Amino acid sequence: MFLAFFLALRAAGVKASLREFLTLQEAMVQGLAGFDVEHFYYLARATLVKDERFLDKFDAVFAEHFKGALSPQPEAAGEVAPQEIPREWLEKLAEKLLTEEEKAQIQSLGGFEALMETLRQRLEEQKGRHQGGNKWIGTAGTSPFGAYGYNPEGVRIGQEGSRHRRAVKVWDKREFRNLAGDAELGTRNMKIALRRLRRFAREGAAEELDLTGTIRSTARNAGYLDLQMVPERHNAVKLLLLLDIGGSMDEHIHLCEQLFTAASSEFKHLKHLYFHNCPYETLWRDARMRAADVVSTTDVLHTYDHTWKLVIVGDAAMSPYELLSPGGAISSWNQESGQTWLKRILDAYPKAAWINPAQERLWHYTQTTRLIAELMEQRMYGLTLEGLDQAMRRLMH
Amino acid sequence: MRFEGTDSFVATEDLKVAVNAAVALERPLLIKGEPGTGKTVLAQEIAKALNRKLISWHVKSTTKAQQGLYEYDAVSRLRDSQLGDPRVHDIGNYIIRGKLWDAFEAETAPVLLIDEIDKADIEFPNDLLLELDRMEFFVYETRQTIKARQRPIIVITSNNEKELPDAFLRRCFFHYIKFPDRETMQRIVDVHYPGISHLLLHEALTSFFELRELPGLKKRPSTSEFLDWLKLLLAEDIGPELLRERNAARLIPPLHGALLKNEQDVHLFERIAFMARRG
Repeated sequence: MFLAFFLALRAAGVKASLREFLTLQEAMVQGLAGFDVEHFYYLARATLVKDERFLDKFDAVFAEHFKGALSPQPEAAGEVAPQEIPREWLEKLAEKLLTEEEKAQIQSLGGFEALMETLRQRLEEQKGRHQGGNKWIGTAGTSPFGAYGYNPEGVRIGQEGSRHRRAVKVWDKREFRNLAGDAELGTRNMKIALRRLRRFAREGAAEELDLTGTIRSTARNAGYLDLQMVPERHNAVKLLLLLDIGGSMDEHIHLCEQLFTAASSEFKHLKHLYFHNCPYETLWRDARMRAADVVSTTDVLHTYDHTWKLVIVGDAAMSPYELLSPGGAISSWNQESGQTWLKRILDAYPKAAWINPAQERLWHYTQTTRLIAELMEQRMYGLTLEGLDQAMRRLMH
Repeated sequence: MRFEGTDSFVATEDLKVAVNAAVALERPLLIKGEPGTGKTVLAQEIAKALNRKLISWHVKSTTKAQQGLYEYDAVSRLRDSQLGDPRVHDIGNYIIRGKLWDAFEAETAPVLLIDEIDKADIEFPNDLLLELDRMEFFVYETRQTIKARQRPIIVITSNNEKELPDAFLRRCFFHYIKFPDRETMQRIVDVHYPGISHLLLHEALTSFFELRELPGLKKRPSTSEFLDWLKLLLAEDIGPELLRERNAARLIPPLHGALLKNEQDVHLFERIAFMARRG
């Protein structure tokens, strides 16, 4: 059971499949979770989550979903005595949660009446054993009741209060938060980010001689030569990187620069150029922005053709003049506005993405960030694992 | 038959649940985690705890899925045919068994470790889907089907260098070994160095976790490095007092070479120490 939990997980973006859900059922039937919520949590986690990025989401959904079921409410525990569950309520619940097959299965167990009767008996028993009836039907699959005992609105599963508090902590700690895909990039997940950038592109129909294959098939061919060809594998990605430096985001920009440089073996060519706040008629070859390192933007556009992919890294936050009016640049007099130049650059490179190290929720508050995102046709991504991933995907297609 | 950890391996509760679920349901167990948290050791320990044979298949970037099943050595057959060796008439003589075959044919179900599966080509896990699912494969050259006598316990480790295909993941149990907290670390040390002075351990743990928390560190030291460092401290007979001396000049822990493997990290420490001295 736990269908609602499964659906909540999927809704939260944890891509658990039906097969994994069935595996969980199978494990429950074998009694692997025992009668321990914590074990159930571990079991469900091992079964349904296959990527550490989703562990945090899983913890959040688990905590949210079983909140009513697990948090002990000392006063309430006394008043909601087991035998007081309204029958119609249980029936309605079962109606809502059970499929046709499951209903048929219930019939085979002696029908709904019998089931409810036994359930009530069981509850009575449990009340007898535990004062106050705090311990209710368990979650393990061997009993026919565990499954139906569950309900999102508040039928309790599990054990005594003290245990819950300890158990709840495990997922409430949210220990996997920094593994989540939307966490900001730091040294910890830099390596993972690097791997995301390593995307292979097989291009063209060119073939090369497969030496091992040729030897093998020649040998199989009893010594008569049999040539084998394989498609040539090479990385054809050419990347033009424009970095905004000389602002509050320098640290992040450098992080980004290092990131791409570290991945440069994966690109056929990687070219860095620098600008301040907004690209105008000149760019710099060096981060120190000395006059000797100036290159004309027009030259750049002519040197690197449209097959290059463009990545701009910057916070896109500046005074509106710097973007919108001629002469608005703070470092020199510009004949044409930053917006014109940006458009020109974007026209030259259809495959482009803007990586913005500023926190995503703040973008909205800066006018120029909004304007640039618009100019970029919303191809602006955060400096997070997920952002990089999306940006790379966007560049490849 | 449940896995409860061994006297040389501390298994946390969540790890035990994952291992036992994988053993009971006969599904592969995929293990990820920071380097040095005992991913590979886990398979050895499961084998030891459950008294099974361990078959390790270490995957490299050039490893093909087929190599785990079998290889047909056509070249030596060609050579034998030219030399007139009578063995050449039986193609079975040139079939070399792979690790999976060994695991399938074992008397009692062994533990099969597929180590660092992410090192291989991106198609590697996909190529093994059917074999791991049905636990059988077909040898074309000899026209025989190899079926597993018992389903082996399969432990797969990954370092996240490549993403694994969804179809593959759906068939596995997954466990992420998180970095041990202080309490677990203490238990791990107790297992490896029983009788270590409590004072020394306390100071060492404090230094170690402080060091791990330092922002900007390129490579944070792992469990195995911590154990190495402790061994060094014991060998050099360095007392807890020396570790406790956390004044400016002594900010870098003694014998830090065991913990910091990166020149830049050592520099970072030296810079901080220098700044602390000035301030």
